[in-house]
Amino acid sequence: MAVKDRIHMPEQPAEVRKTNFSEVALGYTPELAQQEASRCLQCKIPTCISGCPVGIDIPGFIKEIANGNFESSYKILKSYNYLPAICGRVCPQEVQCEGLCILNKIGRSINIGALERFVADWADENNIEYENENTKFQFNISKAKDKKVAIIGSGPAGLTVASELGRYGFTVDIYEALHEFGGVLTYGIPEFRLPKSIVKKEIAALEKLDVRFFKNIPVGYAISVKEILESYDAVFIGVGAGTPKFMGIPGSELNGVYSANEFLTRINLMRAYKFPEYDTPIRIGKKVAVIGGGNTAMDAARSALRLGADVTIIYRRTEAEMPARKAEIEHAKEEGVKFYTLATPVKYIGDENGNLVAIECIRMELGAPDESGRRRPVEIPNSNFILEMDTVIEAIGTEANKFLLSQFPDLKTNKYGYIITDEYGQTSNPKVFAGGDIVTGSATVILAMGAGKKAAQGIMKFLSENR
Amino acid sequence: MEFPENTIVRKRRFAPKLYEFWIRNSLVSRKAKPGQFVIVRTSERGERIPLTIVDTRPGEFRLVVKAVGKSTYELCMKNEGDVLADVVGPLGKPSEVRNYGNVLVLGGGVGIAAVLPIARALKEEGNKLTVILGARTIDELILRDEFGFCDELLLTTDDGSLGIKGTVVDAMRELVKEKKFDVAWAVGPAVMMKFASYVAKEHNFPIWVSLNSIMVDGTGMCGGCRVTLKDEKGSKIEYTCVDGPEFDGRFVDWDVFMNRLTQYREQERLALEKFLAEVGDVSWL
Ligand SMILES: Cc1cc2nc3c(=O)[nH]c(=O)nc-3n(C[C@H](O)[C@H](O)[C@H](O)COP(=O)(O)OP(=O)(O)OC[C@H]3O[C@@H](n4cnc5c(N)ncnc54)[C@H](O)[C@@H]3O)c2cc1C
Ligand SMILES: Cc1cc2nc3c(=O)[nH]c(=O)nc-3n(C[C@H](O)[C@H](O)[C@H](O)COP(=O)(O)OP(=O)(O)OC[C@H]3O[C@@H](n4cnc5c(N)ncnc54)[C@H](O)[C@@H]3O)c2cc1C
Ligand code: SF4
Ligand code: FES
Repeated sequence: MAVKDRIHMPEQPAEVRKTNFSEVALGYTPELAQQEASRCLQCKIPTCISGCPVGIDIPGFIKEIANGNFESSYKILKSYNYLPAICGRVCPQEVQCEGLCILNKIGRSINIGALERFVADWADENNIEYENENTKFQFNISKAKDKKVAIIGSGPAGLTVASELGRYGFTVDIYEALHEFGGVLTYGIPEFRLPKSIVKKEIAALEKLDVRFFKNIPVGYAISVKEILESYDAVFIGVGAGTPKFMGIPGSELNGVYSANEFLTRINLMRAYKFPEYDTPIRIGKKVAVIGGGNTAMDAARSALRLGADVTIIYRRTEAEMPARKAEIEHAKEEGVKFYTLATPVKYIGDENGNLVAIECIRMELGAPDESGRRRPVEIPNSNFILEMDTVIEAIGTEANKFLLSQFPDLKTNKYGYIITDEYGQTSNPKVFAGGDIVTGSATVILAMGAGKKAAQGIMKFLSENR
Repeated sequence: MEFPENTIVRKRRFAPKLYEFWIRNSLVSRKAKPGQFVIVRTSERGERIPLTIVDTRPGEFRLVVKAVGKSTYELCMKNEGDVLADVVGPLGKPSEVRNYGNVLVLGGGVGIAAVLPIARALKEEGNKLTVILGARTIDELILRDEFGFCDELLLTTDDGSLGIKGTVVDAMRELVKEKKFDVAWAVGPAVMMKFASYVAKEHNFPIWVSLNSIMVDGTGMCGGCRVTLKDEKGSKIEYTCVDGPEFDGRFVDWDVFMNRLTQYREQERLALEKFLAEVGDVSWL
């Protein structure tokens, strides 16, 4: 079989999309999806699956697409992954399933993410409901069904635990501190990559499993940890990494210096890009610098661009080391985001009114590899230079969300403040499970979901053994 | 009658643009401690604004709000029976209330409402309490009849319409000449807290101020509310919503703090203008 090149997914042209917040990638039509699906070799030993953190039967769902059986494809997909419309859009497939696809050896891998997304969107448009055929579970869970489980945090980790437990009929209550559910999916990843209507729909589907959603409830404050522990048989903590890190260089307090979390929360959760139709303001200058090279940096840069600014990404290593999804780096470039690599800011400079006017940076070079295997950036002495900027957005990562943990003194955490768990998410308190970014540090949606899946199994085992 | 959560069950006007609300919310009413706040979103397109919890009673909590911009105007225009889109709380660290000895409490403007629960709790702990309340004019010197429990109460107005003519800080300066305090609390406009902190520093006693930083989430997730604290050893950044809202005013970098409050001045003006054009005459407010 001739392995033609992968079928390109239609997109909004760069010139058009950089002026709006609508989704960039438009998705396959059924014809295009079938064409792409028929490129799959249906390997006997499919390497792609081992790259998927939740082990989706990839050739299985792709085969059904190739045959035009979209509904059965959807059922296969959904039996592994409760949020396929989201994962298809935001997973870094190039380092997961697609990275291990055999076709990489002779051309380009199957566009697995785009196919996953196609099936999920198709099912939604055609009102296909997922009926869940479970019971393959080996524990005696019928005994445990009257048990109540509390989930703290409604990001991908919490939502996955809710779906797994909900479909076995447990009573599940999910508590969220913000006024909308979804965690980073809602406040972090922008509309042009992940439409909020899709997040809302995938979450609404959980309500059909009788999962109860409580918003505006900061656990530890509105409800104490003690009360939660007393009222539930098990607790899952999925509060994310959450707290932004600042570089802490001089001038960090100037007006115009944002954390990416704040910038993106104002834009995504509060819709500040629609100010004054929505009340939350955002301050955007003409020249914006974004510090960092991850997904968060790309999202912040592309959002700033859409608000009309001239945007430069400043990254201390080179493009090859950037942890962002390749597709988003490409998208950002097409839209006109400038990249300034091998440099890092050392000082923010303000005017007499306390507003940022420039950044002093220093050039870097790559030295020996560090623990992560990436070459460590080293400052080049006396190579300082100044860039005029009126807004800077720091996207250098987040640290453990201490908001809940400060109320949970006995829980064992590691030196970075992340919760220590076993393979099934169980913490030092046997009744308490945890997963997602609050265990691993900032990671990915699918890893948070994978952790949620494991923890759900751990919780079921715990509940069926502890009567 | 049972009201749904977040209903305004009672509204009272103190002075132009200055209102009290009792709001139905079982969690906040059950958990709130002096010094804590809620975040409120009045309507579906609204922003999240922080407001101090002034008091609680079973199932309800009390707010005092001054209309200064779009969101607070909109809130003050709400009536009894209206339901707020979102109420989150209690948030922030409670005040460190214990027996200190001689305590000075300062309240300025809406800050009077915010210090009331703190003052009451300090009294219950057995402190000897001197309270100075101040406002621009007699009408805005709210809740003064509720401070009957304190050992000494001084009132000030900028225009001299009641009590001492001058500011809370003027009265404080006189007082500290003759009396020694172990600790103070000051809640009010930033300038008032700044100068009260300078006085406390001069006289060497700690002073808790409640910072009204600009917030978004209120849960430590964005860093928008960050403040700079500095002492001899250097400076550090803390988040008002989770590390505060109370800090020792002697260590607050007031210039930075006050400058950050002006960040959105242009947009705030625009939002208010647009709102006022839509709602028409609000001179009754
Ligand atoms: C801007 C950005 C872009 C990203 N892009 C990608 C991407 O393209 N692909 C990808 O795979 N990953 C991406 N990630 C990473 C991914 O989003 C996270 O790894 C993932 O969301 C972690 O999920 P979680 O469930 O652990 O936590 P979160 O999604 O952080 O959710 C935690 C939730 O818990 C709530 N909470 C916290 N404390 C409490 C409390 N005390 N009580 C109640 N609720 C509480 C929070 O409000 C939040 O809603 C991105 C992250 C960011 C910030
Ligand atoms: C922890 C905390 C507790 C608070 N408690 C109360 C309270 O009990 N009652 C009350 O009336 N207000 C309180 N505030 C202030 C209140 O949050 C602001 O008045 C409100 O956010 C202004 O929103 P707006 O849209 O009406 O005005 P905006 O349009 O945002 O601002 C209009 C003008 O108001 C002033 N302003 C803006 N933000 C603040 C602010 N955070 N504090 C003071 N002035 C501001 C500025 O001069 C600005 O130009 C508190 C703030 C914090 C952080
Ligand atoms: S490795 Fe690639 S070609 Fe083989 S089954 Fe997986 S997706 Fe298809
Ligand atoms: S308001 Fe976002 S961290 Fe305090």
